[in-house]
Amino acid sequence: MRWFHVDRFEVLEKNKYARAVKCATLGEDHLHDHFPGYPIVPSALNIESMAQTAGVLAGYTYDFKKNVILAKVERGEFPVMVRPGDKMVIEAWIDEVKPEGCWTHAKINVDGKEAASASIIFVHLEDELPESFVFTQDFMDLLEASGVI
Amino acid sequence: MPDREEILATVTDVMVDALGVDPEEVTMEASLVTDLGAESIDFLDIVFRLEKALSIKIPREELFPENLTADSKYAKDGMLTAEGVAALKERMPYADITEFEKSPKVSALADLFTVGMIVRYLETKLKR
Repeated sequence: MRWFHVDRFEVLEKNKYARAVKCATLGEDHLHDHFPGYPIVPSALNIESMAQTAGVLAGYTYDFKKNVILAKVERGEFPVMVRPGDKMVIEAWIDEVKPEGCWTHAKINVDGKEAASASIIFVHLEDELPESFVFTQDFMDLLEASGVI
Repeated sequence: MPDREEILATVTDVMVDALGVDPEEVTMEASLVTDLGAESIDFLDIVFRLEKALSIKIPREELFPENLTADSKYAKDGMLTAEGVAALKERMPYADITEFEKSPKVSALADLFTVGMIVRYLETKLKR
């Protein structure tokens, strides 16, 4: 299964910053159930978009050679609902990189308004797993197609 | 150098941010796990936030030792051995283990990680 919650990366600055976009569309089945007659993007999926953007940024720090695992989401705020037709601009910043993991924060803007924000911590696994299962070829293809790597 | 009250205020801010607790819950006696609901990743996060807040470096395992019970000479049948208790005292000199020592159950180890332990550690660290 390809579970992308970004459509395209626009900027990927190593150890620093990433910007991606995602367009919400009624073509996504889950929006018909959340909620019937009043579709809004679930906040959990806003977190997914921020985590994917920040996770790629964190992975790039290690040249995508480590499995970067989402470990903690803090202070998630969702002041504005995201609805079908909205273009989400997702930004992520590296706060700190330590041997144990990577501290980031991210936000989503829709039409210039902040729709979501969170601090996100990733840990990475090296020895436990021999191959990358996070940054699969699909993910690398997305980055390549976006022209950021 | 900040005094104990100031250090406690900083630790309280860190706990509120890292664990989403109310400031009133952060007392010197509060256990990070039992009272404040900390999980393993939170220990990393707390160290990160303390470093940021106080502009210090906290080497891994200096504040929160890991894997003490993995060594069979330190733990047996769910209890810390005498050697284990001695190692615990050495590796966690800021923890109050008076009560724990009477019945050193491995399952009770997490309760030694208290707000007071962090404050005492920081008092010593910031004096150096």
